[in-house]
Amino acid sequence: MTLQLWTWILVGITFALYIGIAIWSRASSTKEFYVAGGGISPLANGLATAADWMSAASFISMAGLISFNGYDGSVYLMGWTGGYVLLALLLAPYLRKFGKFTVPDFIGDRYYSNVARTVAVICALIVSFTYVAGQMRGVGLVFSRFLEVDINTGVIIGMIIVLFYAVLGGMKGITYTQVAQYCVLIFAFMVPAIFISIQMTGNPIPQLGFGSTDTNGIYLLDKLDGLHRELGFHEYTSGSKSTIDVFFITAALMVGTAGLPHVIVRFFTVKKVSDARKSAGWALLFIAILYTTAPAIALFSRTNLIETVSNKEYKTLPQWFSNWEKTGLIQFDDKNGDGKVQYVADASKNELKVDKDIMVLANPEIANLPNWVIALVAAGGLAAALSTAAGLLLVISSSVSHDLIKKMINPNISEKGELIAARLSAVVAVVVAGYFGIHPPDFVAATVALAFGLAAASFFPAIILGIFNKRMNKEGAIAGMVVGILLMLFYMTKFKFGWFGGGSKDNWWFGISPEGFGTVAMLVNFTISIIISKFTPAPPEEVQDLVENIRIPSGVGSASTH
Amino acid sequence: MATDTKKYWKTNLKYLTILLSIWFVVSFGCGILFVDELNNIKLGGFKLGFWFAQQGAIYVFVILIFVYIKLMNALDEKYNLND
Repeated sequence: MTLQLWTWILVGITFALYIGIAIWSRASSTKEFYVAGGGISPLANGLATAADWMSAASFISMAGLISFNGYDGSVYLMGWTGGYVLLALLLAPYLRKFGKFTVPDFIGDRYYSNVARTVAVICALIVSFTYVAGQMRGVGLVFSRFLEVDINTGVIIGMIIVLFYAVLGGMKGITYTQVAQYCVLIFAFMVPAIFISIQMTGNPIPQLGFGSTDTNGIYLLDKLDGLHRELGFHEYTSGSKSTIDVFFITAALMVGTAGLPHVIVRFFTVKKVSDARKSAGWALLFIAILYTTAPAIALFSRTNLIETVSNKEYKTLPQWFSNWEKTGLIQFDDKNGDGKVQYVADASKNELKVDKDIMVLANPEIANLPNWVIALVAAGGLAAALSTAAGLLLVISSSVSHDLIKKMINPNISEKGELIAARLSAVVAVVVAGYFGIHPPDFVAATVALAFGLAAASFFPAIILGIFNKRMNKEGAIAGMVVGILLMLFYMTKFKFGWFGGGSKDNWWFGISPEGFGTVAMLVNFTISIIISKFTPAPPEEVQDLVENIRIPSGVGSASTH
Repeated sequence: MATDTKKYWKTNLKYLTILLSIWFVVSFGCGILFVDELNNIKLGGFKLGFWFAQQGAIYVFVILIFVYIKLMNALDEKYNLND
């Protein structure tokens, strides 16, 4: 069977599955729409959280990023997993005990202020929209590369599917679809990884193959370090970024992960406080399977790439090379006209450009795996992008229908009216996300890092202080959030877009890149919140009681509006 | 706050401090700050610091959460605060 046929079959089957689940589990109340009725088992919630969390970027781009950055790529591995420890220990159990629907709900109630709620809603919307545009783009890319349809058609097909199950099913629908999507994406990620690990090292477990020897008895990592030295690249196992920058980027990604509203809200869907802890454990376990495999794939594909192309005659290169050349993701320019590929660090002599996304997408072809495995990767990439998009869309729609309409504009809205509002805002959100997917603004790539920085600089301190500092009041929290976000926005726009006079790497404060600056903004937020709260009145008695109440697990109610 | 819940909260904070210290040491410590020193030690084909940054830290994270689940379930039980 041809690759294209295989791809249509696998993508078709998985899409039919997602739609079937959505019809079976559609939401009939706002509680089901926002938090799946609060009755999801910890294991199912762990699976759903893992799919929700692992986006097109995790599935398609991360291994490639590590492949090209070597040790420096570790920031993503530690940053995007370490945040779950913070979630499980510092946030999830208490927010579940609090028992409302959204993150702005917690901020608004804990800080007894609609100003705080509004700030939180705005942050949630900015973070989620920047993130979701990238997902829709990912859906379009997978369609265009594997099914040879136009990117825009791909985005529209993706929009229709997400629209269908997010609008119909709400949180309940997307939870069960995400469980299915996790299974699809992890299978699609692991099968090629296992094949390649066996081919290169004889060890079927990629995590062990990572540290094994090739057929000549040389450790793969040593071999790749050697190849890198030869070609003038920095050593694979040591980095080129400064230690302080690696430190701050890792911290910003960890804290940002713990502050992302679409991740936090997943912990509102379980029955009990202890279930919230358990689902964080399951979620990280399921995420870790992919995250410990990705660096192994990065090593295998990097070694494979260099060995296949470096100093080889262009004419004798395998078929996959020209396949991917057509997409523009591999570019060869024979600068010295010797007919061979010179792939070196020196930009003036380098003749090969390779896009990072290729490492996962082309890996099965590079390793000569059967067509069904390649098709599986396409289905997996779509599962990863769709599951994250759906989770984000739900946060957007509940921010509008619950936090804005129900809590601020029209508190008397009926249950039925709120459910309609939730569905309508989900439709609008999908259309807006699709628009950005088709016409991606230039800042999309830059703003994914901004999303983490923003979450780190705004939500994380406000939530942590709300739980662990009984004396924290609205003045402190609002000032902290506002200053944190503004500082983060200032630094990002200054160094990413050249606003406020711009500046280059040499002008970075303390040598910290914009990606790592979320950590600084977070520390500033904490400091300002604490100082201001010392000079302003303590929160009212009932709020202090609320804080004591969320610290103990007993007496948990189901998530409710009031 | 009743004395029991106070003790419960204090023990919880103690667990958090210990577990988060380990969290910090394996990632920021072994994976970043002391990576060069640890890279002089080899673990099979891995340099140890590199291994912590791309594998070890993640394994420890998973273990930490499951240890916390166990500790807290026992603590909830002890103070009869389970949900």
